Amino acid sequence: MAATSTVHGITRAEVEEFLYEEAALLDAWRLREWLGLLTDDATYEVPSTDTPDGDARTTLFLVADNLERLRSRVNQLLGKTAWAENPRSRTRRLITNARILDVDGDTIRVTANFVVYRMRVEQVDTYVGRYEHTLVRRDSALRIRHRRAILDLEALRPHGKVSIIL
Amino acid sequence: MEQAAPETLVIDDRDAGLFRVHRSAFTDPRILELERRRVFDQCWIYAGHASEVPRPGDFQTRRVAGRPVILVRGLDGVVRVLLNTCTHRGAQVCRESCGNTKTFQCFYHAWTFDTEGRLVGIPGEDAYSAAFDAEERALASPPRVETYRDFVFVSFNPAVAPLRDYLAGAREYLDLISDQSEAGMEIVTGTQAYSMRANWKLLVENSIDGYHGRTTHQRYLEFLIESGVDPELVRRRRRGSGKALGNGHAVIESEPQHGRPIARWTPMFGEAKRAELEAIHRKLADRFGAEWAYRMTQTSRNLLIFPNLIINDIMAITIRTFFPVAHDYIEINAWALAPRDESADNRALRLDNFLTFLGPGGFATPDDVEALESCQRGFVAREVEWSDISRGMKREQPLIDDELQIRAFWRQWHALMRGWPLAEVPVDHAMAAER
Repeated sequence: MAATSTVHGITRAEVEEFLYEEAALLDAWRLREWLGLLTDDATYEVPSTDTPDGDARTTLFLVADNLERLRSRVNQLLGKTAWAENPRSRTRRLITNARILDVDGDTIRVTANFVVYRMRVEQVDTYVGRYEHTLVRRDSALRIRHRRAILDLEALRPHGKVSIIL
Repeated sequence: MEQAAPETLVIDDRDAGLFRVHRSAFTDPRILELERRRVFDQCWIYAGHASEVPRPGDFQTRRVAGRPVILVRGLDGVVRVLLNTCTHRGAQVCRESCGNTKTFQCFYHAWTFDTEGRLVGIPGEDAYSAAFDAEERALASPPRVETYRDFVFVSFNPAVAPLRDYLAGAREYLDLISDQSEAGMEIVTGTQAYSMRANWKLLVENSIDGYHGRTTHQRYLEFLIESGVDPELVRRRRRGSGKALGNGHAVIESEPQHGRPIARWTPMFGEAKRAELEAIHRKLADRFGAEWAYRMTQTSRNLLIFPNLIINDIMAITIRTFFPVAHDYIEINAWALAPRDESADNRALRLDNFLTFLGPGGFATPDDVEALESCQRGFVAREVEWSDISRGMKREQPLIDDELQIRAFWRQWHALMRGWPLAEVPVDHAMAAER
């Protein structure tokens, strides 16, 4: 499929553009702007490494935020007392292999691979995985409704934590 | 320090009220070597919960006290712990993380063992002499495996006291958790498998430390206020205390600012949940009496079972165990424990409340990891030789933010590290020191 190919009125290029912009906001710690990319009913989830397909209502996750929780997470990260991120880490996200999985009306399910590097205190931690997002079109712009970062790591070792937004 | 000299690592001056730990206890790889023999290979070590292998043939593989083991419920229904190494030439006979099976077949030469560990198949068996005894080549178990209320422990010390006796005062706290459901408690699917670039004893201290909450977890406390908890409740000093429970086990117990899914309502849970949680409380009170039910539902506990099991019955119940890979690096596994029969909504509420604070993506644990890694980095300045753990030492009634319970851990550790056999350390060794 060429980058310009269209599935029900959305192109992979458009999805990629959106994911790249999102990654740039996160890497730049422009987290309040990043929140603006989410719908009011948005969720952000990171399943535990042994249950990549789990459901957060029945399975212990690493992160399972609704928008309210995520707003709090962002406020904490931008404040002074999220010690794991104060001083802030540097991050760099490489996002590839974006694919449109299906389109239903204004709802688009996409997947993409990610590598997120987190640099802090002379350590580099590498988070490898894939995204499974549900995007919606709102007033011609894309917004995130469900955002799931599924780690391929067998354990958070030696990372020890997910203190950034993956 | 030229030689690791364990007898000099703890200063316990009860008259002056000073307690110090030499930082080489955290930084010297030779100390870790001694700990493996004198601490981890002498004590009872948590291996898993029986609910993790509910059906005959169910198994989980993991490392316990550094060894690869299989936690398995045999086809006979008995939960066992088998050492995951083929008695032929050593390969691991089970290389899946979990599953259900009738046999474990080593892929190297196809020696086959049943779920009770017996050797039941050897290709070309006629090649072995009469002296070869298949029974003796069964999968090995740790010398001792015992269970208390579904908590399965192993010991590599054949002479260790029975688990019940070893647990001493900690049994009461396992009961407070296990009694929360008539149907029994179960481990929820999903393992928080993480790590810390820090010495394992830093995580012991941190897990039963009532002093760091207000500072390290300030953002969590602010989150509670945001969620509707009365700011006065968050700001006032928590009622509670730290206790030594014998054999190095220790606990802090207090009335928390947060909700507890078992039956302590908080605004975050929503008004609709209030009546349901009160009904659970009433039911437990009918069954166990008001006092026990009050503690189960309304108070929080951070429990250490010496040396490396933490059970925090706080925003939810987490079981956390860890083992040092190196003096400055540990692997940690944490699970959620929940009433088997709780409603789907309460289970979801419990897991949500768990994640507000606990685990490597929560609003607290990452900051603990940061703190402990920061300690480990700080220790490199070895001119500062001693850490101070004297807080509350001369206080008549120890408070929740004193360090009595941390000293209890260290006193047991120190006794074992000096070479005392576990059987010769009095159960109340740590308690007698301060009471």
